Amino acid sequence: MATVKLDSLKKSFGKTEVIHGVDIDIKDGEFIVIVGPSGCGKSTLLRMVAGLETVTSGTVQIDGAVVNDREPMDRDIAMVFQNYALYPHMSVFDNMAYGLKIAGTPKAEIAERVDTAAKLLQLESYLKRRPRELSGGQRQRVAMGRAIVRKPSVFLFDEPLSNLDAKLRVQMRLEIKQLQRRLGVTSLYVTHDQVEAMTLADRMIVMNAGVADQIGAPLEVYANPATEFVAGFIGSPPTNFVNADLAGIGNPDAVKLGVRPEHLNVMPSGSGRLAAKVMYTEALGAETLTHLELADGTMVTARQSATEAGAAEGTEVGLDWQDGDEMLFDRNGKRC
Amino acid sequence: MEKRVTFKGLWLPLLLVLPQIVITAVFFFYPAGQAIWQSLFIPDPFGLSMKYVGLGNFEYLLGNPYYRASFVTTAVFSILVTVVSMGIALYLAVLADRLIKGSGVYRTLLIWPYAVAPAVAGVLWLFMFNTRVGVVSWYLGLLGYDWNHVLNGEEAMGLVVVASAWGRISYNFLFFLAGLQAIPKSVIEAAAIDGARFWTRFRTIVFPLLSPTTFFLLVVNIVYAFFETFGVIHTITSGGPQQSTTILVYKVYADGFVGQDLGSSAAQSVILLVIVGLLTIVQFKFIERRVHY
Ligand SMILES: Nc1ncnc2c1ncn2[C@@H]1O[C@H](COP(=O)(O)OP(=O)(O)O)[C@@H](O)[C@H]1O
Ligand SMILES: [Mg+2]
Repeated sequence: MATVKLDSLKKSFGKTEVIHGVDIDIKDGEFIVIVGPSGCGKSTLLRMVAGLETVTSGTVQIDGAVVNDREPMDRDIAMVFQNYALYPHMSVFDNMAYGLKIAGTPKAEIAERVDTAAKLLQLESYLKRRPRELSGGQRQRVAMGRAIVRKPSVFLFDEPLSNLDAKLRVQMRLEIKQLQRRLGVTSLYVTHDQVEAMTLADRMIVMNAGVADQIGAPLEVYANPATEFVAGFIGSPPTNFVNADLAGIGNPDAVKLGVRPEHLNVMPSGSGRLAAKVMYTEALGAETLTHLELADGTMVTARQSATEAGAAEGTEVGLDWQDGDEMLFDRNGKRC
Repeated sequence: MEKRVTFKGLWLPLLLVLPQIVITAVFFFYPAGQAIWQSLFIPDPFGLSMKYVGLGNFEYLLGNPYYRASFVTTAVFSILVTVVSMGIALYLAVLADRLIKGSGVYRTLLIWPYAVAPAVAGVLWLFMFNTRVGVVSWYLGLLGYDWNHVLNGEEAMGLVVVASAWGRISYNFLFFLAGLQAIPKSVIEAAAIDGARFWTRFRTIVFPLLSPTTFFLLVVNIVYAFFETFGVIHTITSGGPQQSTTILVYKVYADGFVGQDLGSSAAQSVILLVIVGLLTIVQFKFIERRVHY
């Protein structure tokens, strides 16, 4: 159990700076998800915490101690990799026991701890198999098992579910959450999937090109995005952006207006704040997505409950929203 | 699904493999057959007629202390060449693998010795260790060591081993480096996080994962030491002093072409043929059963 603290953490590869200074204070037992598009520096950030990348400037603290110069093995962490990184020539048991053996743990205790972990992860009947004789989901569990048997103070996950199919991903997501709650170990979890981030995180760090655009609880970030990037990245379908002039916004700093799809109301033509044309609709069962085109060609999406009567494709309609649902962004993409 | 291309007729496939069959027949089957035939005869002192002796040549060889000594010499020589060339190659490959930038330059430089013909490599090393004008022997002299591989059998062995191993290092290095780079980086990182330091990682992860490469190289290098080092030995020691570097393949030449004992030489060739055959079988058996991770 430990706290983790990052202090203006920066990373450059050669002359290229890829992490431009990240600060966060992680409480003991907290589940933090680092989310952002591919290439924004999530893995690099995580690997600096793990000690697999050197820190260019700033500090990483684990449980109050600066660990910048410590080797990975001296940081009391465990990591689950995207490709699982299992030892291919070892059995499942040996994969999980490897770290304990190196630490010189007594044989009986190793067996007991591996068995407990195997039970927890439903791997008991696979302990003698090699990784290549397992399915993707089982390999993923072995990687988790290897992390938990060592009882580290911090778990690090780098896109652990992205090699699994959609259904398994949802199932494993839930299992990881339960496991983390049960063990109460401070965790950093990297993903590019905003749904995974929303469902797993106590707090999430939304990364954009090496900058932590926003740090906060998922619903707080969803309801109150700090930047245009966050508003566009978190939520599916994404936030609609409308030219501030077209929408008749009085604020002189505002360049864009953001409204979430569920906050857009489709009304009869001539009413509401904007005129739009229904291009096509997607009925998903519980809800219907209506894609509309505005006067300046911008596409927006409205999300309506399936019980509402939808507008037919090709018809002219009006769009409206409540003042409280309006998000205004300035020239730099910041809220104003 | 059948992935292979299948031919209906017989003539086209035969035609396509014909060049290979002809080459194998002319350069392998014919001389091999001739060696087997000749190994059953001894020529008279004037080389005018052949006398059939059955397995007499083999009986004589196996009872001959010089031939048995040559077996031991070959074993010592091949083990040393294999261990030295693979050991150094692995060491260099591990270093080059850790190096991200500039590894291309090192790789190119390290490959060069492989392009040097064995006889040329032999001459090169001979110059350096020449007892009178050699650079290395001169420095050894300064250190108070009197290098003379012309008289000292152990020094002669050392020199042919170094000269033979040198050209091999490149070849082994390439395979080891490729093997090392095929090991996923994240596996090594996982081991580092699990607490394994460099040597532990090498011993428990890297070396086991490299074992298919190592085994392949082991066989290939033994075959090399057995058969392809003729040029090195011929240029440096000619098998001497007192046969201390006469490996089996050199003895075939020395007895057959120098000593003109064609029957014995042919019998020795047949024995070598059997050894290559066995090594090849070992290798194929292994490749069949080899674990694919
Ligand atoms: N070892 C490296 N050398 C040079 N550039 C790197 C290295 N690792 C990552 N980068 C660069 O750093 C940026 C962030 O990479 P990464 O952290 O892997 O992104 P993510 O995990 O968010 O997809 C990318 O632009 C990538 O090209
Ligand atoms: Mg990544």
